[in-house]
Amino acid sequence: MRLDEQTRPDFPILQRIVNGHPLVYLDSGASSQKPRSVIEAMNRYYERSHANVHRSIHTLGEEATELYELARDSVQRFIGAASREEVVFTRGTTDGLGLIAETIGRTLAKDDEIVVTELEHHSNLIPWQLVARDRGAHLKAVPVLADGTLDMAALDRLITRRTRVVAFAHVSNVLGTITPVAEIVRRARAVDAITVVDGAQAAPHLRLDMPSLGCDFYVFSAHKMLGPTGIGVMYGRRAVLDSLEPGRGGSEMIKEVWIDRAQWNDLPWRFEPGTPPIAEAVGLTAAIEYLEKVGMERVGEHEQALTRQTLEGFARTAGVTVYGPPASVDRGAVVAFAVEGLHPHDVAALLDAEGIAVRAGHHCAMPLMRRLGVVGTSRATFSVFNSPDEVSLLLAAVAGLRSAL
Amino acid sequence: MSAAAHGVYSDVIRERWRKPRHRGEVPGANAVAEDVNPLCGDRVRMMLTVAPDGRIEAAGFIGDSCAICTASADVVADLVTGRSRADAAALEVADVLNVLQSEIRPTRMRCVTLPVSVLGQALNGSKRA
Repeated sequence: MRLDEQTRPDFPILQRIVNGHPLVYLDSGASSQKPRSVIEAMNRYYERSHANVHRSIHTLGEEATELYELARDSVQRFIGAASREEVVFTRGTTDGLGLIAETIGRTLAKDDEIVVTELEHHSNLIPWQLVARDRGAHLKAVPVLADGTLDMAALDRLITRRTRVVAFAHVSNVLGTITPVAEIVRRARAVDAITVVDGAQAAPHLRLDMPSLGCDFYVFSAHKMLGPTGIGVMYGRRAVLDSLEPGRGGSEMIKEVWIDRAQWNDLPWRFEPGTPPIAEAVGLTAAIEYLEKVGMERVGEHEQALTRQTLEGFARTAGVTVYGPPASVDRGAVVAFAVEGLHPHDVAALLDAEGIAVRAGHHCAMPLMRRLGVVGTSRATFSVFNSPDEVSLLLAAVAGLRSAL
Repeated sequence: MSAAAHGVYSDVIRERWRKPRHRGEVPGANAVAEDVNPLCGDRVRMMLTVAPDGRIEAAGFIGDSCAICTASADVVADLVTGRSRADAAALEVADVLNVLQSEIRPTRMRCVTLPVSVLGQALNGSKRA
């Protein structure tokens, strides 16, 4: 049985009729849909177990704490982290990257260097711009080559003895490029730079194993991987987390407090001020269980097949340009495309009239758009529930677009 | 493309997207502004030639923009041509919507308002490009 035939009944939203057509949801790269098990787990939590975590000495408080901490164990297993202390919950990828930038930022000095890449989402660029401005540090970007891959020769020139941070995406949210994480980490480590990986587009699609990637930080969101909005994960290598002061203050992240000072809590709570997203953690556990049951290898294969089908279909469609590495290369479940003579927003609006949801615009990657020489693109992204038939509907609709306006 | 897609935009928007009347440089323009829509990166530049008596003799636009935004810019240029500076400054989004004759969803309203805002900047001399 094909994966989508198995999974589609689990996603209630796929029953939606949009503009008279069954929903074809090709925007999981922005936010995926949720299986029933995730929705029900969160409902069950709110209906039976909700209370605040960690300091409530009553039955519900203990249940909520147990469920919240169970999510940490699930994430540890899912990403192959060495210990649960390395798993910090955030509000999402952007929040996690901001937290890392603020925390590491305090340790930077004037003329230190931060290396990013041209294909970064703004969330992995702007926090570093702010840090660079505040600390008098310099921000440098690894160029993207014509085939959508990073210029690794330039990386060698850009990483110097002054480099303190190398921050980059695992999978480009526009091009689908899978970056060579372990190789970049190796080169960064040669100068003792801290490595920060934006895994927002990778975690939903690839089997992750932190020790083999070797990075210091790895950040992702639950809502792009079948889980709820409002929670994300910041993995931090134990030795690095131990060496850092907390970036943000509040309750939960302290052991003892005086008016003028405080003693920090143990890991991972040192980096989790305030009441955390508890129901969302419960939902994340259910999402991970769903993905693990399917198997990440099978998830990856299914989405690669849909991506190839889309790329090959668009290659045969007159007036359609696609961006990123060729279909023969392993890439993320992302296809950015342009239709000659049409603006990406009009493409999305016309496809929506057929019930097909795609993203359009700059995808929060304006420097990359500039490199591609476009204002924006349209973008189809895939998840476990998408079918080859849906890709065929997309291809047919796009083929008819040029006469539509 | 099905009939449904044809209903996405009004005939006015489709006509002005295909054949805008005021797209292109305005030689000798003396009130010019340009701005972007941060949501989508669309860019519109409005160019006006204002006579010594304050009457707008010519108006035009260029830009990277979607059908709605292009149609809006074209309508703005249409509506202000021949008006006094003060009358042009009084142009409202509702006036443009009135001509476009299309139901604009909230997510696309910025596509309509950008050219109106750029017109204001050109007339005020702020954000001169």
